[in-house]
Amino acid sequence: MLEIKNLHVSLEDEDKQILKGVNLTVEAGKVHAIMGPNGSGKSTLSYVLSGRDGYEVTDGEASLDGEDLLDMEPEERAAAGLFLAFQYPVEIPGVGNMTFLRTAVNAQRKARGQDEMNATEFLKLIRAKAKDLKIDADMLKRPVNVGFSGGEKKRNEILQMAMLEPKMCILDETDSGLDVDAMKLVSDGVNALRDAGRGFLVITHYQRLLDHIKPDVVHIMANGQIIKTGGPELALEVEQHGYAHLLEEVA
Amino acid sequence: MALPQTKLDATEARIAVLDMPEGGWSGPARQAALARLREMGLPGRRDEYWKFTRPDTLVQPEPPVAALFDPGERPAFDEIDKLKIVFTDGVFNEAASDDLSLEGVTIERLATSGSDLHWAQSLYGQLEANGQVPVHRPLAALNTAFATDGVLIHVTGKPSKPISISYRHESQTSDAILHHVVKVDAGAEVTILENGPAAARFNKCMEIDVADGAKLHHVRTQGRDHERRAATHIFARLGAESVFKSFTLTANGVMTRNEVVIELTGDDAMAHVAGACVGDGDFHHDDTVFVTHDAVNCESRQVFKKVLRNGATGVFQGKILVKQGAQKTDGYQISQSLLLDEDSQFLAKPELEIYADDVACSHGSTSGAIDEEALFYLRSRGVPENQAVNLLTLAFLAEAVQEIEDERLADEISTRIEEWLIRHRD
Repeated sequence: MLEIKNLHVSLEDEDKQILKGVNLTVEAGKVHAIMGPNGSGKSTLSYVLSGRDGYEVTDGEASLDGEDLLDMEPEERAAAGLFLAFQYPVEIPGVGNMTFLRTAVNAQRKARGQDEMNATEFLKLIRAKAKDLKIDADMLKRPVNVGFSGGEKKRNEILQMAMLEPKMCILDETDSGLDVDAMKLVSDGVNALRDAGRGFLVITHYQRLLDHIKPDVVHIMANGQIIKTGGPELALEVEQHGYAHLLEEVA
Repeated sequence: MALPQTKLDATEARIAVLDMPEGGWSGPARQAALARLREMGLPGRRDEYWKFTRPDTLVQPEPPVAALFDPGERPAFDEIDKLKIVFTDGVFNEAASDDLSLEGVTIERLATSGSDLHWAQSLYGQLEANGQVPVHRPLAALNTAFATDGVLIHVTGKPSKPISISYRHESQTSDAILHHVVKVDAGAEVTILENGPAAARFNKCMEIDVADGAKLHHVRTQGRDHERRAATHIFARLGAESVFKSFTLTANGVMTRNEVVIELTGDDAMAHVAGACVGDGDFHHDDTVFVTHDAVNCESRQVFKKVLRNGATGVFQGKILVKQGAQKTDGYQISQSLLLDEDSQFLAKPELEIYADDVACSHGSTSGAIDEEALFYLRSRGVPENQAVNLLTLAFLAEAVQEIEDERLADEISTRIEEWLIRHRD
């Protein structure tokens, strides 16, 4: 589903190489986790895939179901089925959460040549999904992420994911800033979306998120490359011994 | 101090092409205003108060030609039940207007209000004259002296529907001068709507007296004719526990100067004045506001938002003056611009002048571009860039639009802005 080959990325403004040849394939129905120390390039990978400005791809490719992602605008990538749950969801004063979601859902439907969802249908759907994530009516009315707690912001990301039903979900440190209960709630939300047609790439520092969202494959990223790939046991190894010995192993 | 010769000449040249109406009861006020005007002289390029806006085209004897424009949309407030008064190029349009009778209010026209004593006599030109201190507003004095018509509205109760004044523009060279007087009696309440481009050049003055416990809501849209010019003044005097709320939407217009002068004279009064403008290209919009707190525990808000692109210019000059003794004043002023490119500019001069020691006054002025983080967030959810920019632009203007209390009116204003944004997409 998601195929990344030899991806090299540097910052546009400074001559600094962040990704130095990333190779990764996420199959439909699978959950891949990427772990790695700070500054290893995990978040950069998620931003480059979703089309954020400020990065320059110097080599390599990335595709979703065979379509070249790097050639698309961010909104085209979203319509193609890519979703990034932000590490730091953005506050948008003046735009109601509900308006935002409805605009997004209908923009994607339109881009795929589907009919727009009417207000009643939309309301019914969002109420059901919001309930599962314990998002109340007030949170839906408020401006996007404005005044939301850390946990509320992350739940709101998962709500967007549930509404947009993407093919490929990237979760960028979705566990950061979450307490135990919120982590459970968010994980349940993600697990509810797992199915045979959908791929996940979960970026995290810690093993604990992976207790809730069980990965099929775990990658360790360091210094802009994936240095080791294994099963869920690799995450446990990191938890017990840290990254240092893995880095030494590779060196 | 004698006026400079150039200013004197410009003022006399303008006066020379105008005829003072007979006036009847308003005659003395008109003569006094003419004397004021001659003393002040019309605004010139070197006047401090006109530092950001060139007054030339508003002052010259004949207006520049303004092409007519078909907006291709329903007139504003079309679906609102209202009493409709229409002026075409400054001339009362009887056929298009409703009968002027409505319970709770008496409405007359300035031009036909007779020669007898009139309630409006104590206001006509009086609030304008008060508003000439400490800053001169010569175009308002010119208006008082030479206004050809206008509406005199005396609100005694709570009329069941808004009073709407529509201004149509059908002549490319029309030069209209209208003067309205609104008196809202104690405890009475009214909504006044204004819409339309009015004329090639429009000089309009509205004097408003809001008595104790009375409420006045004012919502206007200024018409989308690109080449129209307007200089408008609102002079409002507020009694105790009264409420005055005014909102203006300006989309297009090569030159607009909207001055609002508010005096809070009774305790516990509230004045909100807000404006949203959207300009693309040859567009100059100036909001000049002066709020004087002269009573205890009053609240005032000034909320002005401007969206500018393709070389458009926005101006804000806003002042809060808190007089000695006006304790517990709560004054707020915000002026912000969203610059959609590097060719557009926003010039702001926010001022506070405070002589009381127990007040809370805040003011802020910012100029910024679209928030790139928010834009990327929206796009990453599948919202196309143009649509995302429009959504963020509407959100930027929302604080001003929310000052409109009536939701139906607020919704209509939002829709109009949205449609404008869609039309002006690249």
